[in-house]
Amino acid sequence: MIVGEKKSLQRLQDFLNSYYLRKILYSVVTLFGVSILIFIIARVLPGDPARLALGPRAPEDVVEQYRKLLRLNEPIYIQYFYWLIDVFHGRFGLSLVTFRDVLTDILEFLPATVELIIFTLIIDIIGAFSLGVLSGRRPNSLIDNFVRVFAYVGIAIPSFVWAIILQLVLANWLDLLPAYGRLSLGLEVPRVTGLVTVDSLINGNLVAFIDALAHLIIPSLSLAIGCIAQEARILRASLIENINRDYILNMYAHGIPSSTIFFKYALKPSMIPTVTIMTLDMASMLGNAFLVELIFNWPGLSRYGITAMLRKDLNAIVGVVLVIGLAYTIASIIIDLVVSYLDPRVKYRR
Amino acid sequence: MQESSVNEVKFLELEKKVKRENWKRMWFRFRRSKLSMVGLSIILILLLMAVFAEYIAPYPSHAGLHIAFKNAYRPPSFEHILGTDMYGRDVFSRIIFGFRYAFMMIGLVLSLVTPTGVILGLIAGYYRGTFIETVIVRLSDIFISLPPLVLALSIASILEPNIFNAMMAVSLMWWPWYVKLTYSMTVSIRNEPFILAAESQGASTLHILFRELLPIQLGTILTKVTLDAGWVILIGAAISFVGLGAQPPTPDLGTMVSEYSKYLPEYWWMSLGPAASIVLIILAFNLLGDGIRDVFAGE
Amino acid sequence: MLLEIDNLYVNYKSYWYTLKVLNGVWLKVEKGERVGIIGESGSGKTTLLKTILRVLPQNGIISKGEIRYDGRNILKLSDSELAKIRRKEIGMIFQDPMAALNPVFKIRDQLYDILKYKMTTEGHNPSSKELYEESLRIFNDVRLPDPDRVLESYPFQLSGGMRQRVMIAMALASAGKLLLADEPTTNLDVTIQDQILKLIHRLVVEKNLSIILVSHALGMVYQMTDKVYVLYAGDIMEEAETRKMFNKPKHPYTQLLIASTPRLSSVGVGEGIRGKLPDYRNPPAGCRFAPRCPYVMDKCINTKPSRIQLSAEHTVSCYLYD
Repeated sequence: MIVGEKKSLQRLQDFLNSYYLRKILYSVVTLFGVSILIFIIARVLPGDPARLALGPRAPEDVVEQYRKLLRLNEPIYIQYFYWLIDVFHGRFGLSLVTFRDVLTDILEFLPATVELIIFTLIIDIIGAFSLGVLSGRRPNSLIDNFVRVFAYVGIAIPSFVWAIILQLVLANWLDLLPAYGRLSLGLEVPRVTGLVTVDSLINGNLVAFIDALAHLIIPSLSLAIGCIAQEARILRASLIENINRDYILNMYAHGIPSSTIFFKYALKPSMIPTVTIMTLDMASMLGNAFLVELIFNWPGLSRYGITAMLRKDLNAIVGVVLVIGLAYTIASIIIDLVVSYLDPRVKYRR
Repeated sequence: MQESSVNEVKFLELEKKVKRENWKRMWFRFRRSKLSMVGLSIILILLLMAVFAEYIAPYPSHAGLHIAFKNAYRPPSFEHILGTDMYGRDVFSRIIFGFRYAFMMIGLVLSLVTPTGVILGLIAGYYRGTFIETVIVRLSDIFISLPPLVLALSIASILEPNIFNAMMAVSLMWWPWYVKLTYSMTVSIRNEPFILAAESQGASTLHILFRELLPIQLGTILTKVTLDAGWVILIGAAISFVGLGAQPPTPDLGTMVSEYSKYLPEYWWMSLGPAASIVLIILAFNLLGDGIRDVFAGE
Repeated sequence: MLLEIDNLYVNYKSYWYTLKVLNGVWLKVEKGERVGIIGESGSGKTTLLKTILRVLPQNGIISKGEIRYDGRNILKLSDSELAKIRRKEIGMIFQDPMAALNPVFKIRDQLYDILKYKMTTEGHNPSSKELYEESLRIFNDVRLPDPDRVLESYPFQLSGGMRQRVMIAMALASAGKLLLADEPTTNLDVTIQDQILKLIHRLVVEKNLSIILVSHALGMVYQMTDKVYVLYAGDIMEEAETRKMFNKPKHPYTQLLIASTPRLSSVGVGEGIRGKLPDYRNPPAGCRFAPRCPYVMDKCINTKPSRIQLSAEHTVSCYLYD
């Protein structure tokens, strides 16, 4: 009994000293910093956020009332303190565009973006790894040359240009896939999770499921192609570098089959830089989603955010940016965990 | 005494010669890489077009507000090689002026961001383990914890939408990346013997920062600047595309894609030119950056 | 004859140029014979060993020559025959164990795979318990303490000496007949160097292995080998029975090499050899040592000297003995 207790204590101790906890704590501290940054953007930079929010034609007494509501007459750190408390309670205030509570809006629009990003990640991972492996396995082959050209061009074309091209070619010209929205007119899926693909399966509505998938393809591809190109390129380069290392030649010297060597001993270390770069790719996905959702009229958080930005709807901007910042932080932590699984050395580095 | 100073002069001459040889060798290696030469040539041509836009553009007056409805929606032809837009303006002429804004954006953003980030990074790395390091690194980490485009869009959204503010927004978002880069390189060479030797001989902090720590990193920084030039264009175009940056009738490439893509798919040529131009600039800087990286990697 | 290399040419190709490294190397190893290869760093010793097992990096190209092992030409073997030789006949100790052990796999993963394929080739599909027992056995052979911890460790968690012992254990698992040892002590502390050498020596004698020991530590080669080859810039300069080589070196390069080695018994340090290794992109057409040789003659510059048999156990490639 005592031994068991000691063991779990030891484990707790290990966790408290561990790489993971340090990582998470640092992220929490950084998130507080991010909240200050967003506060500065929304409350300090605009000069008079109340006037900005209500527009130049609002009567002065209404604006003054709103100023009081935002505590703009108090010192800045008091403003931040109350603002932070509100944010912690999910009180972002009213959206000046939808006239609803911002939190309600966020909860309504978030699932569409989550669905889009998850689908993008699936395409990204499958695409990047298959292209990178195909290319790195046979350097200078036909497929390798194709992948290299694709990588160069794929990276250089911005997501919103991909979106326009794919929409034009796949939807307008070839009429293969729908050009806008999440679901065709006339189809309806009762909301459970908010992810249409999941909800349609829960309801056993296969037609809606396929329709939802079809709607996802072009937007996700537009977001994924640049990332696929970059990751495939990095994976290829590290595979080619690793395959000539002594630790691989040593395995050849022991007569290990070349497929085992490639897919086990060369692929794992090559995945380290590839997965590491995914943090940056995740960032570009979340950023580009703002444009892609706009282009495809995708009813997600990012399109809501863009509308808010164009109308200077500060409460909504704060809510959206905070949620995206939080999501990005969580994604970065997950990617770091994957990297530390792939590369045990990072856990011991300080 | 006499002899030693003669030797010193000789040594300095030799050092200069070695440096010259190094540059020559690097230029030689760079020239061997055809793709980077292609990138460099494209950039130079576009830059020339941007500088002399008034003389090169077939219809310089079409850059801004110019309305000639009888010429509207013309497909590409000899008079208008990329067609005309909904107001009858020559798309090609507008693109040439678009290059001017593109290079202005690159120049302004990078000349603000690079020195700021590099100096802060050097300082943070040099004062490792002190309060100064913590402040600089934490601050950069905070900026980096938001996706760059999201941060740039939110900054742009509270400013007046115009191209100058878009550049400010991009700059405010960009500097921490240079801090990160210089900081990690500085930390890795901070305790090398030659730095410690300079310190023990009483070299000033400024000397160590800018004459010892900085020169080694110049190659990497130059590579990043070149590669970043393309991404500046991308972020700038994205801000303009959603309408938070340059406003019509400014002939900004991102704004043009945004305006013209509303006329897809019928009038595809309007969007084709500006979109392809954005891609061309990014591609050219990527090619050039790769070449520069290879040259410095080989050193 | 266990191994016979004849007229072996190896190049490294890159986008910019070709490095012509091995320039017609020859070498013979009898069963149970201990052979040393000496020469300065960069003269192609590692390339030669890697070529024997055909584990050159992808840009390494064997352009000509023959490597006969047990009567068969290794360069013409099918994949499965080659795998057999790699798994249970020839083992190789790589120069730097830190570089030759995969940094992101536990020792267990790497060692078990090596043992598994070796035992499968011997017609027995091992269970994981058998793999474990076999690991303990070979770790015991190389006097590796705390084998359970070692198996669960990543390479970076072990000390240099332990890594080298793991490396030797792996090589021995595959070295049924021949052990190739590439500078097995370079990266180690002096005290550990000696232990490792004694270990290799004991194992080679115990298991009656042939060994090719590559090193620039001449004292070690003197103690451990029967026969020595001198390799300079991809050319075999001299071959002799070990004592003869060290007592009466014939080739000017060998003489300079041995003279420049610091010795405890003598006063001061040797002279060293002036100049440096030739540029492999454009090596000398004749004798590759000619540009640095104190006795250089006109014919040395243009034509490569052929082998001259001085006695039954002494061969040299030099016009001085023509």
